[in-house]
Amino acid sequence: MKSKNITLIVVGILSLLFPLVIHSDYYRHLVIIALMWVIIGSSWNLLAGYTGQVSFGHAIFFGVGAYTAGIFASKLHLSAWWGLLFGGPVTMVIALFVGWVCFRLRGPYFALATLAGGEIIRLVATNWESLTDGMVGILIIQSFKSKLPYYYIVLGLAGACIAVIQLVMKSKWGYYFVSIREDQDAAESLGINTTLYKNISLLISAFFAGTAGAFYMNYMAFIDPHVVFSLHYISIMAILVGIVGGVATIMGPAVGAFVMVGVQETFRSAFFGLAPKWISQGHALVFGLLVIFVIMFLANGIVGDWAKIKRVVFRAKPSA
Amino acid sequence: MPLLELKSLVKVFGGLKAVNEVSFQVEKGEIFGLIGPNGSGKTTIFNCINNFYPITGGNILFKGKSIKGLKPHKVCHLGIGRTFQVVKPLARMTVLDNVTASAFCRVNTIREAKKEANRILDFCNLVGYSDKRAKSLPIGGRKRLEIARALATKPELILLDETAAGLNPSELDEAIDLIKKMRDSGITILIVEHIMKVIMSISDRIHAINFGQTIAEGSPKEVANNHAVIEAYLGEEYAQG
Repeated sequence: MKSKNITLIVVGILSLLFPLVIHSDYYRHLVIIALMWVIIGSSWNLLAGYTGQVSFGHAIFFGVGAYTAGIFASKLHLSAWWGLLFGGPVTMVIALFVGWVCFRLRGPYFALATLAGGEIIRLVATNWESLTDGMVGILIIQSFKSKLPYYYIVLGLAGACIAVIQLVMKSKWGYYFVSIREDQDAAESLGINTTLYKNISLLISAFFAGTAGAFYMNYMAFIDPHVVFSLHYISIMAILVGIVGGVATIMGPAVGAFVMVGVQETFRSAFFGLAPKWISQGHALVFGLLVIFVIMFLANGIVGDWAKIKRVVFRAKPSA
Repeated sequence: MPLLELKSLVKVFGGLKAVNEVSFQVEKGEIFGLIGPNGSGKTTIFNCINNFYPITGGNILFKGKSIKGLKPHKVCHLGIGRTFQVVKPLARMTVLDNVTASAFCRVNTIREAKKEANRILDFCNLVGYSDKRAKSLPIGGRKRLEIARALATKPELILLDETAAGLNPSELDEAIDLIKKMRDSGITILIVEHIMKVIMSISDRIHAINFGQTIAEGSPKEVANNHAVIEAYLGEEYAQG
């Protein structure tokens, strides 16, 4: 317990100091994106990992959050930063509808329904041009030239997200979420209103994904439906972050986010320009291989199987 | 007023009448046995009581009030706990967490819930397993966990669905002791059981059904000697003498 606290403090200090030590905008950008994925991954993990309702449609929530921020700027002529405040709540309203429809289904059928939901909302955003400007997308002017403010904002959001999920999981709600995952009928017979608690989990999850979306709008300054409602860039990536890091662990998605963003960037940039360019074509393939590797050898993800990793890596020196 | 009353309960699956006009009353404080051969509709009756299945006809009264159409979690909050014949442990949670989750039915803080859970684990003789994952329990332990979880919701009436099935003789004695202990603590028990040693030794009254219909009701002795019951279990040939 104590060493865990020390690790946490060290990670906290390092993350506060990082952008002051590393001045390269490129590396700062990578870490900002990774931190954003910490939020999305954690939000997916609450719903899928802890509550057992596997979502293939987290792009719905991410995109709605992003568009909320975007529309504040493009239609209401206000600052897109309002999105950071309202992106979460607006996403929760949409999530209420998603839950109303999709929670009639269980297991894989729920997953398929969310998948369909993501595709539907992408088409709506593409075609509802009077609101979203369709494929033209929304372009705003970035508030800050420096990466520093964005870094600290997203760091704060990620920290808050993990802390809130940690708190929730140690409360009555957390116990109820896991009970629902393990056996919905048994949970119901133990006095748990499964419909209500599945929706609570969904709403919390949607809030954080939406807030991450609103941050993305402010940071990237450009969104269009194919980016923020993307099945493979957002929905699937959220699942990969969760699985690689460790489903149903607090820190899993945080680790997964850094690993996935790292792997993605390494291959996209063809090993930072060191390898032949054609390697970058294969980054989708590498994702596939990585998932196969994780499922075969680390079924519980990096955090979930940490003991196993330690055993294999440090086999040479047995612990005293 | 009986604690639980079934009034000509009917449950139809398509063309099959799984439960046909079954009526009985469970009085407060008794152990009421429900017996019948395989497929006679015992578990279906349980699933109707806590409303996993909506009933087709008749009515179910708990403490004089109809509980027809109430969601299962509401039935639980009213004070009816149940166990499952095919045990449903929350497999990847510890035994303590299983019971803690159900204790939240009556309390809100984690401290109270854990305290209550520990008390019940002690009551059910599961303290040694407290930190083990539910899926690692042997069958006897899982059956007791089912009971512990139901008890944590503080029921007035508990429905036990074949809690003794698959237990070895020493586990069987423990199960009987536990059920008696529950009765002594003031909980009314409605039990479905195949093992005659259990049902005959603990029940105050027994209700026998076959093909979804009542065939007998009375004290264990009366039911054991009832012609229709013997016929249902052993076939007509053996029911002569």
